[in-house]
Amino acid sequence: MSGILVLAEHKNGELIGLSTEILGAARRLADQLGEKVVALSLGSGAGEAARKAITYGADSALTVENPALDEYSGDAWVAALLAAHKEVEPSIVLMGQTMVGRDLAPRYAVRAGTGVAMDCIDLSIEGGKLVMTRPVFGGNAHASYTSKTSPAVATVRAKSQEPLEPDPSRSGEVKAISVDVSSRSKVVGREEVKAEGIRLEDAKVVVSGGRGLGGPEGFEQLHQLAEVLGGAVGASRAVVDLGWVPVSLQVGLTGKVVTPDLYIAVGISGASQHVAGITGVKNVVAINKDKDADIFKISRYGAVVDWKPFMAAFLEECKRLKA
Amino acid sequence: MALNIVCCVKQVPDPETPASAFRVDEGAKKVVPAPGIAPVISQFDAIAVEAALRIKDAKGEGKITVLSLGPDSARDVIKHGLAMGADEGVLLNDQALFDGDPFATATALTAAIKKIGDVNLVLCGRQAVDWDFGVTGLAIAEILGWPAISITKSVTVTDGTVRAERVLGDAFETVEVPLPAVVTVSNELGEPRYPKLPQIMAAARKQVTVWTAADLGLSPDQAGRSGSRLNLERLFIPQVKSQCEFIEGDTPEEMAKNLARKLREAKLI
Ligand SMILES: Cc1cc2nc3c(=O)[nH]c(=O)nc-3n(C[C@H](O)[C@H](O)[C@H](O)COP(=O)(O)OP(=O)(O)OC[C@H]3O[C@@H](n4cnc5c(N)ncnc54)[C@H](O)[C@@H]3O)c2cc1C
Repeated sequence: MSGILVLAEHKNGELIGLSTEILGAARRLADQLGEKVVALSLGSGAGEAARKAITYGADSALTVENPALDEYSGDAWVAALLAAHKEVEPSIVLMGQTMVGRDLAPRYAVRAGTGVAMDCIDLSIEGGKLVMTRPVFGGNAHASYTSKTSPAVATVRAKSQEPLEPDPSRSGEVKAISVDVSSRSKVVGREEVKAEGIRLEDAKVVVSGGRGLGGPEGFEQLHQLAEVLGGAVGASRAVVDLGWVPVSLQVGLTGKVVTPDLYIAVGISGASQHVAGITGVKNVVAINKDKDADIFKISRYGAVVDWKPFMAAFLEECKRLKA
Repeated sequence: MALNIVCCVKQVPDPETPASAFRVDEGAKKVVPAPGIAPVISQFDAIAVEAALRIKDAKGEGKITVLSLGPDSARDVIKHGLAMGADEGVLLNDQALFDGDPFATATALTAAIKKIGDVNLVLCGRQAVDWDFGVTGLAIAEILGWPAISITKSVTVTDGTVRAERVLGDAFETVEVPLPAVVTVSNELGEPRYPKLPQIMAAARKQVTVWTAADLGLSPDQAGRSGSRLNLERLFIPQVKSQCEFIEGDTPEEMAKNLARKLREAKLI
């Protein structure tokens, strides 16, 4: 057998958005190559997730419905992926650049005797080979790779690929496989970062603040604005590192990828590593007192102004328009 | 058990180089160093050294070796680690080892870790800040057959166990694995300590051990570009079309009103 193996991540049987995007990409690649797409889902609800993966473009699916796989564990998940690898003998393996994919893909690639291109934003076929393109140097450049070894393994950045419309009439075989889920690591604690309101990744409007706010107090107003606009608050890494806001708000290369309809960047310079988190956003609005700030290069609207007197008035005007 | 830590550190073009000064040579598929901007220690690697020093401070014992693969200039990042407080430095300096993918690089670093001997903890940055792969640390673990914990914000060692907190975006997860192990470190760990002048001077006097591919027992097809599993086909600067509409206004308040109206017209609010 051969095919494209896709790790379909899910929460209680509900596929994460990125997995539907990767299934869409896999479908398009498979059609070009004349191959099949096989989804793999793990943990409780895997069967449900597998059936959804088929509606999103997979031809068939493998599941390991073992509750020991409900939480990510490097050893156990890599064992599951290797078991699926044995079933499928894939030519391509795709997974998300999620907290799972970041840890799993390198482990799996080394054990499968192949390489891995992380955080890809473009996948195409040239001369029968998968070309994997990824931002490098913090997004200042892009690099395209092929794999000398098989399978070609890539993790895929959120919102870089289009999902298919789910088609409930699609059907395919769902096969349960079993794996040794033992692990050398032990999770001894978990601390949730409390998120209030709308999740950053799901928000239609994101109001983000950077070092230009001058202090954590500035975020008060951004929260008010986000509330008025029905959105969420984000931040640059600089302010996360300064401890002004929790790391869960960080947008960018080492933070979250967001795709709101409107992204308002306040006091953010637009370093490539920050922009890496908003490359899919069409409507970026930048408020920055430096007219040469890089953020304006990717913005649709810009205001060259000190954020403080501006924001108070902007907030009032938005309230008025929304009322 | 005496603690023997290796920190892998890489020299990179300064990631704060302004985009306007960033150039690539598409033919050579290499980044052209920006004039006047000196290369630096990859930020997350300095934090890995900080993590090692915190472990050593807490335990009151241990040896820290900083290990780098790179040209002569990479001696600077080893010296940086030594000035921070590491004990020894090893540089893998051989053209045959360069320009590899993370797998080939991890192969060379692993050979060096074995040659250093009796290592029980390897610390790496979560990703190098040039090629941004985030693979090398985990690949070292896999090649050695050791357990690994990636993207962490604290690392402690008790008896034969390493405990680290993983940064998961919406949660932190505390994970334990038995030594020997590999841990990759993220910026949430905190600022790396800044070397003080006497330490910089002491580090300058320290010997750095230099090994070649042959010293590591690596054949040419195992190292560098030949030992890579990925082929770099193209390196290019993506085109971004700038078309920002700047909002007019005599006062900040007026600009605010104009922007809000603009966004309203565009149905964005
Ligand atoms: C490997 C790596 C990964 C990284 N990952 C990320 C990431 O995921 N996310 C991220 O954000 N960063 C990331 N960074 C950091 C990134 O390089 C920048 O340092 C960071 O984004 C800068 O944050 P900033 O724009 O808030 O701060 P600054 O660069 O300090 O910019 C502040 C801006 O505010 C403006 N300003 C100042 N005062 C005012 C005022 N009164 N009114 C209006 N404007 C004002 C200034 O003109 C300036 O443009 C990463 C860096 C590296 C090396």
